[in-house]
Amino acid sequence: MNHNGNTIIEVRDLDFFYGDFQALSNIAMEIERNRVTALIGPSGCGKSTFLRLLNRMNELIPGTRVKGQVLFDGVDLYAPGVDPVEVRRRVGMVFQKPNPFPKTIYNNVAYGPRLHGKKERAELDGVVERSLKASALWDEVKDILHQSALGLSGGQQQRLCIARAIAMSPEVLLMDEPTSALDPIATSRIEELIKQLKEDYTVIIVTHNMQQAARVSDETAFFYLGRLVEMGPTEGLFTRPQKEQTEDYITGRFG
Amino acid sequence: MLKLFQAQAVAKEPLGELVRADGQPQAQKRRTSSERDKIVRRIFVAAGLFSLVIMGLIVLFLFKEGVGLFATVSVSDFLFGQFWYPTYDPADFGILPLILGSVAVTVVSSAIAVPLGVGTALYLGEVAGHRTREILKPVVELLAGLPSVVLGFVGMVVLAPLLQEWWDIPTGLNIFNASLMLALMAIPTIASISEDALHAVPQELVDASLALGATRLETLSRVVVPGALSGIGTAVILGMSRAMGETMVVLMVAGGAAQIPGSIFDSVRPLPATIAAEMGETPFGSEHYHALFAIGIVLFLLTLGFNLVAAWVSNRFHQKGAATL
Amino acid sequence: MSGSNSMFLRRCRQQAAFWVFRLAMLAVLGALGGVLLYILIQGAGAISWEFLTEPPRDSMTKGGIFPAILGTIYLTLGAVAVALPLGVAAAIYLSEYAAEGKVLRLVRLGIANLAGVPSVVFGLFGLALFVGYFKLGISLAAGSLTLGVLILPTVIGAAEEALRQVPSTFREASLGLGATRWQTIRKVVLPAALPGILTGSILGLGRAAGETAPIMFTAATFYTLHLPKSPLDEVMALPYHIYVLATAGTHIEQTRHLQYGTVLVLISLVLGLSLVAIIIRSRMRKHKKW
Repeated sequence: MNHNGNTIIEVRDLDFFYGDFQALSNIAMEIERNRVTALIGPSGCGKSTFLRLLNRMNELIPGTRVKGQVLFDGVDLYAPGVDPVEVRRRVGMVFQKPNPFPKTIYNNVAYGPRLHGKKERAELDGVVERSLKASALWDEVKDILHQSALGLSGGQQQRLCIARAIAMSPEVLLMDEPTSALDPIATSRIEELIKQLKEDYTVIIVTHNMQQAARVSDETAFFYLGRLVEMGPTEGLFTRPQKEQTEDYITGRFG
Repeated sequence: MLKLFQAQAVAKEPLGELVRADGQPQAQKRRTSSERDKIVRRIFVAAGLFSLVIMGLIVLFLFKEGVGLFATVSVSDFLFGQFWYPTYDPADFGILPLILGSVAVTVVSSAIAVPLGVGTALYLGEVAGHRTREILKPVVELLAGLPSVVLGFVGMVVLAPLLQEWWDIPTGLNIFNASLMLALMAIPTIASISEDALHAVPQELVDASLALGATRLETLSRVVVPGALSGIGTAVILGMSRAMGETMVVLMVAGGAAQIPGSIFDSVRPLPATIAAEMGETPFGSEHYHALFAIGIVLFLLTLGFNLVAAWVSNRFHQKGAATL
Repeated sequence: MSGSNSMFLRRCRQQAAFWVFRLAMLAVLGALGGVLLYILIQGAGAISWEFLTEPPRDSMTKGGIFPAILGTIYLTLGAVAVALPLGVAAAIYLSEYAAEGKVLRLVRLGIANLAGVPSVVFGLFGLALFVGYFKLGISLAAGSLTLGVLILPTVIGAAEEALRQVPSTFREASLGLGATRWQTIRKVVLPAALPGILTGSILGLGRAAGETAPIMFTAATFYTLHLPKSPLDEVMALPYHIYVLATAGTHIEQTRHLQYGTVLVLISLVLGLSLVAIIIRSRMRKHKKW
């Protein structure tokens, strides 16, 4: 890992529990600005749980407990007095299954900015257009902005959800297996999009598809049984894994 | 796969017939098992349709006993007549005061029950912790089962004298008291159905909103409540329907005066109370008897209307495709 | 910064709204809890062995309410005996046989509307059909039939929920072994759904026990010297007993403690039954083996 002072998120000694079950143990990780970091590992390894810890979504599940620190620009997200609502504004999230609101396309994208006080029509129009352009959806929907988002295809819905997330101008975008519900063509469009997004955002993506991790990410972290086994530049990790478990996984011996 | 099984079963049929010479019972059994299945199926279909039959019978018998009245009283005199003196000579069978009495207690009780019921649902669904909700939801459902005669009793024996004393009114048995008791009956219904509707809003949408930095209240008001709106609407209508059809509370607490109400401290005689109070003292087959059944028709149609609207609202709820909130 | 200021406002708004909801809940629990507590306090004094096991004496001003308790038990059991087979059969149709379509929609609408028919209309219906047309007279039988029809939607609803919770893999496994549909239902689906169906019948019992209006013209009598000996006898019943004592007696004030006592017995019976049903249901949901 290179320490060039460009770290946006630093995780220290992180443990996470569902009731008595410890889902994550002793995670330490640094994530760099304007890079795509992929989290891989067999299902149940804790990678999605870890992702949801980065914007405090796990605390919506009753009976969960966090130990350790997640430093975002040097501030611990779990320190007392930190508002989860503010955290989620700055750390956007795209979910596994496209989950547009049953509202118009326009109102989906404008949802977040409105919450944070943007009311002017012209201003909102600008945000909606910029976000939809950034998510490569604008040309397809610019004439149907006021139709229901539920009429879009799955791939379009997922790009809408990305547009909705970036309309908040977050600094980090978390993506939880964003293409697992999509067909190959829609998937490759989203992958293209992810590569473009790192110009402006830091992207952290959970994927169960190693080819996808290899295609889109700069850094890859391998999780196994609730532990971070290995992390490094994607190319290096896939060609010269340091740990045996990592090698077993990427060569398809388990998972 | 299933087709294959059926083909085999059919192919085996003649085989059974062949064995029949010395193994009659076995062959018999084979044939009847599929025939029996058909008969059983018919029995269950009939049972399924039985509720419709009952509805039909209710309509049939209400009309059979009720229409006799309209030989002597016109429908409009019945519905819009202002005087209900069923035992005078000549009798008056105008039920406008009774209808207005029912409307009054329904409206006032809804004004109390809807905010409290929906508020309770919002608390249970969105504010209460998991543990609290697990305990309080059954408690609310339990209270929905409180017998109406008990609330009637409380309104009559406990609340009425208090109201009379506090506000110095001629009687505590009035619209206000009855509405309060009816509201207590309707609140658990409204709260329970509304909470189900809130709960049915997909968690993905809630997550999406929270992940965009919305507070819980903002998520509630912009995503959850709009998504549950028709469910909540259904709950409110069913609650109102329950208040309108409820008998014992209005019989014991509304005061029983067949007059057109002018204030919420007036006594009224709602439709169900009239039926319940008078049926016991009415000769079988008399004009008065028919009139009470005719009131039953009116009450039945009113609540049927409420329930059909509720069903319509909750059906719309499932067509989410065109939703543009 | 305006951002943090608006954040503060948003927090405040949320706190205020949540307090409003909390107060609504407290008001509801307070009112209903108050009613229950008041009756418990007022009625506890009247409860005694004699009260529960003796008939009334001295024109209802003394003695117990045994005939009313017994009458309510008979009526309630009769109602469930009517509603359970019909309700479970209808639920089997809905969950196992019915195909999506117009008929099913109509049937569901019918059940929903039956559930919404006012109880006094059921009373009229019972009076016209069972008392008059079938010539059962004002009797235990007529009352049980009327109450049975009244609780039918409750039983159907609970039984259908129970049947639907049986995983479809159970059915597929049985059908795959060559069982017919009926064999599958009888040997696999019904046994698995039994606790849920039981819950439904207990809920039905509770509902039937508390109803007054449907039995006023079909079954109940104010006072009878003998306990019911045949289904064609009139019976006393707890809810009707409360109504009559509170409104029509000649010694309303002197019998207050008896009235509270009777109310307490009725509430204990009805809420006790519902409580049992709710506990069974929540246990079932928690300890699902599949």
